[in-house]
Amino acid sequence: MSILRLEQVSRSVPLPDGGRLTILSGVDLEVGDGDRVSVVGRSGSGKSTLLNILGLIDAPTTGEVHFEEVPARTFSGAGRDRLRGRKIGFVFQQFNLLPRRSALENVLTPLLYDGGRDFWRRRAIATRMLESVGLGHRLDSPPERLSGGEQQRVAIARALVRRPRLILADEPTGALDLETGGSVMELLEQVADETDAALVTITHDPNIAARASRHYRLEGGALAPAVVA
Amino acid sequence: MTGALSRFLTGLVGAVVEAWAELRVHRGRVLLSLIGVGVAVCALTAVVAAGAIAEQALREVSERGGGRAATLSLSSWTDDGTPVAADDLRTAFRTAVDRYGIDYASEHGWGENRVRFPDGITAVPAELVDVPFGEMHRVDVIEGGWFTAADERRMAPALVVNERFWERLGSPDLRTHPTVTIAAPAGDVTAVVVGVTPSPTWDQAPSSFLLASQAAALRGPDADAMYGTPNFEMWVPPDIAEQLIGRLSADIGGQLGEGVHVDVFRNDFAEQNASSIEQMQLIVGGIAVVVLLLGALGLVNIALVTVRTRIREIGIRRTFGATGGRIFFSVMMESVVATVAAGVVGVMLAVLLVKNPITTDLIGQGVADVPPFPMEAAGAGLLAATIVGALAGLVPALVAVRVKVIDALRY
Repeated sequence: MSILRLEQVSRSVPLPDGGRLTILSGVDLEVGDGDRVSVVGRSGSGKSTLLNILGLIDAPTTGEVHFEEVPARTFSGAGRDRLRGRKIGFVFQQFNLLPRRSALENVLTPLLYDGGRDFWRRRAIATRMLESVGLGHRLDSPPERLSGGEQQRVAIARALVRRPRLILADEPTGALDLETGGSVMELLEQVADETDAALVTITHDPNIAARASRHYRLEGGALAPAVVA
Repeated sequence: MTGALSRFLTGLVGAVVEAWAELRVHRGRVLLSLIGVGVAVCALTAVVAAGAIAEQALREVSERGGGRAATLSLSSWTDDGTPVAADDLRTAFRTAVDRYGIDYASEHGWGENRVRFPDGITAVPAELVDVPFGEMHRVDVIEGGWFTAADERRMAPALVVNERFWERLGSPDLRTHPTVTIAAPAGDVTAVVVGVTPSPTWDQAPSSFLLASQAAALRGPDADAMYGTPNFEMWVPPDIAEQLIGRLSADIGGQLGEGVHVDVFRNDFAEQNASSIEQMQLIVGGIAVVVLLLGALGLVNIALVTVRTRIREIGIRRTFGATGGRIFFSVMMESVVATVAAGVVGVMLAVLLVKNPITTDLIGQGVADVPPFPMEAAGAGLLAATIVGALAGLVPALVAVRVKVIDALRY
C-alpha cells in the first residue's frame, strides 16, 4: 500500500488580470514505505507548491491526491490537520523553530496535539528524541543559542517525534554549510531508516538529491524522472 | 465512547497546557494586558461597590429620617390657623389605630429642653415619640436600649440621647442609671438616660428622644403654640398603604369635626428616595460600563497586534497537527486566563481601595454603620473580567483561525 499517490495533479492560481498561472500540471507520483525520493528544480519551478500538496497543506486544482489509498478531498479540514500531525513530518529550510522556547519545548510541541498516551509522556519522548539526534546536552537551549546545524537537528527531532510515515524536507540543508548539510542529511536518513519512514527531499542541490534512491526534476510545472550523476 | 472521551479530555488539557506555555513565553505582553484589564476591573468593582455602599448609607439615613416602607405620616391644620387641640387629635388617632389594627404607631413631635450639663445649661432639641418609633425608624442604639413600655411608667422621664449629649455628660455607664437635670418652666425635673444613639461625624450638637406621654412635665403651657400640633406616624404593609391613606384621613378628620383638616401621606424612603437611588444606580452603572469598554478596547487592540506577530508560529503549529478549533481555543484560553487573573487582582485592589478608612468616610458620609464590601460587586468584577477576556480573545482567535497555513508559513 502506498503512503501517498498523486494522479494528474495540477495547480493554478488566478492572476490580477483575470488569467490563471499554472504552477503544476499533470504530476504523477507515488511514495511508499521507506522510499527515498528527491525532487530538484530551479527557483519558481513549483517545488514548494508540490511540497504543500504532498503535505496536505494545499489542494490540487485538478487531479487526485490519495493518502493511504484514501482520496484526500474526502477528509474534513480538522481530519486533514490531525492526519498531517500524525503521519507527516516537516523539515523546513529556515528550520521554523518556535522562538523563545527551549529545544525540548520545540520538540514536544507536536505531541501537544496527540490525543493518546504520547501526550502524557511527551517530555520523556521529546528528551529521547533530542538525545537520538545528539542534542541531549542542549535540552534547555532556545533556538537563538543554537548553531544552524543544531537548529536543523532540533527541527528533525521535532518532525520525527510522532514517528510519521512520511517526512517532507524542503531544502533541509539550504541554510547550512556543505559539511554541516551533509551530516544533517545523514542524520535525517538514519532516523528515517530507523522508523522505516519515507523521505521526500526537495532541493536545488544535486549532491543532496543524489543521496535519494529515486530522483525527479520539476521544470515548468511538470515532474519528470531525472538522472543524477 | 471511552476512547473519544479520553481524547477530548487529553485535547482539553493539551489546550490549557499550551495556553499556559504561551502566557509564560509572552509574559511581558501579558503583564501589560493584565495591567489594563486589572485597572478596568478594579475601577468597575470599586465604582459598583462604592455605589452600593453609598446607596445603603442613603437608605439607612433615609429610613432613620422618614421611616421604613410604608410609613404614613399624619398632619392636621384648621381653617382659621389655630392649632388643633393636641389631646383631641391624640384621642382620634388612637381610636383609628385601634380600629384598623395598626401595630406600629407613634406620635412624632418636636420640642426643646434646657439641659443642665456639667459645663452649663444648653438648649437641646427633643423629638417626642412613642415606644414603637424605634422599630419604625430602625433607630440604632450603641449604649443602653431604646424605650420600653416600662419606661412609660417611670416617675422620672426617660431620655434616649445622642452620642454628643452622652459625651457632654462624661459618657457614664448606663447601668448606673445616670440622670440629668432639665430646667422646665415649672421647676427642675430629673430625667434618666436609658439609651444612646450614634452621632454621625458631622453632627456635633446634642439631641434627644423623649416619650410623648412624659413630655407634658417638661413643656410649658405655650409649647403647643410654639412647636405646633404634633404629627403621628404609622408603619403599615406597603400593599395596603394607599387604601389606608384614604380611610384614615376620612376617619380622623370626621372625628375632629368641621374646620379641621387631616392629611395622611407616605413619608418613607421608598416613596421619597426611590427615584434618586434609581438615578444614582444609572449613573454608577453607566460609568462602570464605559470604564469596562475602555479596558476591553485596549485589550482587543493588544491582542490583535499580538496575534498578527504570531501568524507564522500559528502556521508552524498547523503543520504539526493543530486543528483550527485547537488554535481558536488556545488563543481564546490565553485571553480568558489572563483576564481572570487580572480580574482577581483588580477585585482585591478594589476591596483595598473602597474599604480603607478614608474612602469609607467619604462615601459613607459619616454614617455610623457602613455596610460591608458588597459581594455582588466582586462577583460583577470577576464576571466582567471573564466576559471581557472571552470577547477580547474572540477577535484574535477568529483572525488566527482564518489564516491559511501556506500564507502563515510565508509570513
